[in-house]
Amino acid sequence: MTDGIWPALLGRFTWNALAFVRAWQNPTVNEIIGAGAAMMVVLGAASVITLITVTGKWGYLWREWLTSLDHKKIGVMYVVLAFVMLARALAEAVLMRMQQAAAVNAPGFVEPDHFAQLFSTHGSIMIFFMAMPFLTGIINYVTPLQIGARDVAFPLLNSISLWLTGGAAGLMMVSLVIGRFSTGGWTGYPPYTELAFSPDVGPDYWISAVTLGSIASTLSGLNFAVTIYKLRCPGMTLMRMPLFCWTTLCTSILMIFAMPPLTVATALLALDRYLGFHFFTNDLGGNMMNYANLFWLFGHPEVYILILPAFGAYSEVVSTFSSKELYGYTSLVLATMAIAVLSFTVWVHHFFAMGQSANLNAVFGIATMTIGVPTGVKIYDWIWTMFRGEVRFTVPMLYSLAFMMTFVLGGFTGILLAFPPLDYLVHNTLFLVAHFHNMLIPGLLYGMLAATHYWFPKAFGFRLNEKWGRIAFGCWVFGFYLAFMPLYVLGAGGAARRSQAFFEPAFRPWLYVAGVGALILLAALTALFVQLWVSIRERDANRVFAGDPWDGRGLEWSTSAPPPEYNYAVIPVVDGRDPFYDGKRDGDGYAVPAGYEDIAVPRNSMVGPATGILGAGLAFGLVWYIWWLAVLCLAGIVATVIARSFIRDVERIVPAADVARIEDRWHHAIAAARPISRHHETTPANQGLAEVTA
Amino acid sequence: MKAIPWRRAIGCLAPVLLSGCDVLRLGVVGHAGPIAASQWHLYLIVGAVLVFVAGPVLLLTPIMAWHYRLSNKNSAFKPNWDFSWWIEALIWLPPVGIVIGLAIVLWTYTHTLDPYRAIPSAQPALEIQAVALDWKWLFIYPDARIATVNELNIPVGRPVHITLTSGTVMQSLMVPQLAGQIYAMAGMTTQLNFAASRPGIFRGENTQFNGAGFQNQKFAVVARPTADYRQWMDRVRANGQPLDAARYARLAKRSVIARPLFYASTPPDLFSHIVAQIPEKRR
Repeated sequence: MTDGIWPALLGRFTWNALAFVRAWQNPTVNEIIGAGAAMMVVLGAASVITLITVTGKWGYLWREWLTSLDHKKIGVMYVVLAFVMLARALAEAVLMRMQQAAAVNAPGFVEPDHFAQLFSTHGSIMIFFMAMPFLTGIINYVTPLQIGARDVAFPLLNSISLWLTGGAAGLMMVSLVIGRFSTGGWTGYPPYTELAFSPDVGPDYWISAVTLGSIASTLSGLNFAVTIYKLRCPGMTLMRMPLFCWTTLCTSILMIFAMPPLTVATALLALDRYLGFHFFTNDLGGNMMNYANLFWLFGHPEVYILILPAFGAYSEVVSTFSSKELYGYTSLVLATMAIAVLSFTVWVHHFFAMGQSANLNAVFGIATMTIGVPTGVKIYDWIWTMFRGEVRFTVPMLYSLAFMMTFVLGGFTGILLAFPPLDYLVHNTLFLVAHFHNMLIPGLLYGMLAATHYWFPKAFGFRLNEKWGRIAFGCWVFGFYLAFMPLYVLGAGGAARRSQAFFEPAFRPWLYVAGVGALILLAALTALFVQLWVSIRERDANRVFAGDPWDGRGLEWSTSAPPPEYNYAVIPVVDGRDPFYDGKRDGDGYAVPAGYEDIAVPRNSMVGPATGILGAGLAFGLVWYIWWLAVLCLAGIVATVIARSFIRDVERIVPAADVARIEDRWHHAIAAARPISRHHETTPANQGLAEVTA
Repeated sequence: MKAIPWRRAIGCLAPVLLSGCDVLRLGVVGHAGPIAASQWHLYLIVGAVLVFVAGPVLLLTPIMAWHYRLSNKNSAFKPNWDFSWWIEALIWLPPVGIVIGLAIVLWTYTHTLDPYRAIPSAQPALEIQAVALDWKWLFIYPDARIATVNELNIPVGRPVHITLTSGTVMQSLMVPQLAGQIYAMAGMTTQLNFAASRPGIFRGENTQFNGAGFQNQKFAVVARPTADYRQWMDRVRANGQPLDAARYARLAKRSVIARPLFYASTPPDLFSHIVAQIPEKRR
């Protein structure tokens, strides 16, 4: 396929690019693992397609989900994407831990090049295609409901963001089957990722996927920020917003300002690779330090993009499950904003060891420690929220408590790393790996899982199984400590990160423990899937249609579960910070309006799916030098955007009669429901109507 | 009777645990020079302060959650209490104070432990030029005009000043028992100062991933008493081959070196040529 018409048609693709062919030609354990992963992607996709076809659900899927502009459905699709990608990236993590445990003075079973692809995909996926979709999904679902809006400001843009992210994630999956992924880590540092050192398709896959993802996130940030600025219901001043909305706002601002540097960095790297520019090459005036600065100008705010929404979720969860007003609301808002601003002032701490002056390092080190202050304040605010409350140890609350105690340990090692002389010793070692997992697992994953458990009954109308939730929780926490505490020790002993093998027998016991921890984390994910299965099977016993299973505080609990597509039949008016909680106490929590009006909701659009699929096609064409495909897809995107601009009929009317029917059904359910006390909220007796006590 | 399995278990686990603790001796805990010793000292100071930062959270979180649990009838319930200036002062001011205190420590130590800062000593520092290659380190001794690969020999007690560059992608040189790391980048130089205070063999490594041979890119730092060091140098001069352009070209190719290499002579301007880097051929 290197002569004749083939290069023009298929670019640089050869049969050898297929993982199956490689395994056939060279059946080592290493290649068979690669082919097995590719097989899982192919079989997974095939079985999903078959299942949908056999059950005849394509039409339903297309109309109700894929082309939907409803922020709630887009939110759910984001979270589904996050779980799929979490499963893959976690499996990769386990494979890496097994390899390292097996590879002390031994070759192990994963070859160095394959191992490098594993840590590159693990990091890239966890950040861009697990964490980002997860928090974007939760924000999508919750924020408009919390501010009393019917949708986000730009529903079509929302769908485009989802599909660009999905297209990029699809590209990550395709790289398992066709070709190979980058070995340059999730940071993609040149000059290693330049053509001179990595001429293969790997870095091009990375550049394409990350660029699409970063554009999608910039658009999401704009969308959420405008939504919060413009669509708050009457009376919802900024200082009455639920804390989760504040963290959404801060995360959105960070997305708007921090994602573009990443897009620029990957675009410049692409110019180097495709057009022979010299931004980051070794020779002819290139300088990789420019890349390091651009990347971390994105990379550090990114940490807070990931963590702030979780902080918001914890604020809601702790307050609700302590049945108490959030302690120090103003303090929390100030702390959140302080973190957002300070996050732009610390990026150099990611490369203290690049030889800049002591003055510069010291300034950035002190700025880094400063972030610890507002972060610490937030933790104390949650502690004081529990003070004189009625704490229930539900699954979301358990995650919150585990987060507070685990996160503070990550903060401990974070301050150590903020000291440049100490960073010199553990930078690039497993100590660093332990540190950022110590921040992101409690600070992102636990938060998103708490949010999922907390808002799931709202989204689907039934509670998740509590027992399996606790099992999963136990595994996430126990597994985390076993998997990552040993890495601190190994890193302190100088074990370099990204090592496919080690040569010190003293590392062995710690690697074994970490390996067991990784397996427990895998069990945790499995338990979550079992929980979902069990919960769906028992859904009829656990319905909470009335919509308020936890004696909630914000507006989102004042709708049915699941909420109608228009969210609110009548746009609410609020006069305080916990409008629904206070409303229930004042007796007007479920006021029936005098009448209903027609409601306009955004009409479905195929622009989102078209953009995502064409975007992925464009990226695939660029990766493989299939120029006709790239040009065709780019033209398709432009044509789609132009065609859309001629469509004037973008709204659909839900007639007042339909609204009345939907609302009456819900009000009847409330009237029929038995109020549930806090003592029994996790039992099937919970029908979604909270008992109103003091 | 019940105690015996426990005793046996501990007996079996003891070697594992002991060998487990060895791991720390490979790092800064097993410091063998003034820089690493000072860094370890700093670890202890900061760690001690941080116990007072993390401690209250670790104590208060479970205490609050458990005491104010729903089923505890003896705990107060004030659902509308949400603010106190006293608590506000308590959660903002002490952390600010601690950060200010730590900032002073940080500023001082970042300057005294600046890798570019020469170690005060009666002896002049031993000059070394280090070149990062895939997947090996080349050490040039400019004064003695010798060179080694993957083994850095230094005299005990005398400061060492390394100037680094890279003949390939970015890498990072670290000898955890002697000093922290510094990046080596093509077309630029960086510097690292350290010294060994006792004889020994210390593991050095590249910590920045640079391809399939990355995990093998370790080197030994051999700290010898001065007389021993001189003898070693004489041996290299007597037995080694010259490092000429052809040998360097071969060395610069991607490969893992099984055993250290020693060169009796080097071209005088090798390092500056590598830094100036003749532009690579386009591929």
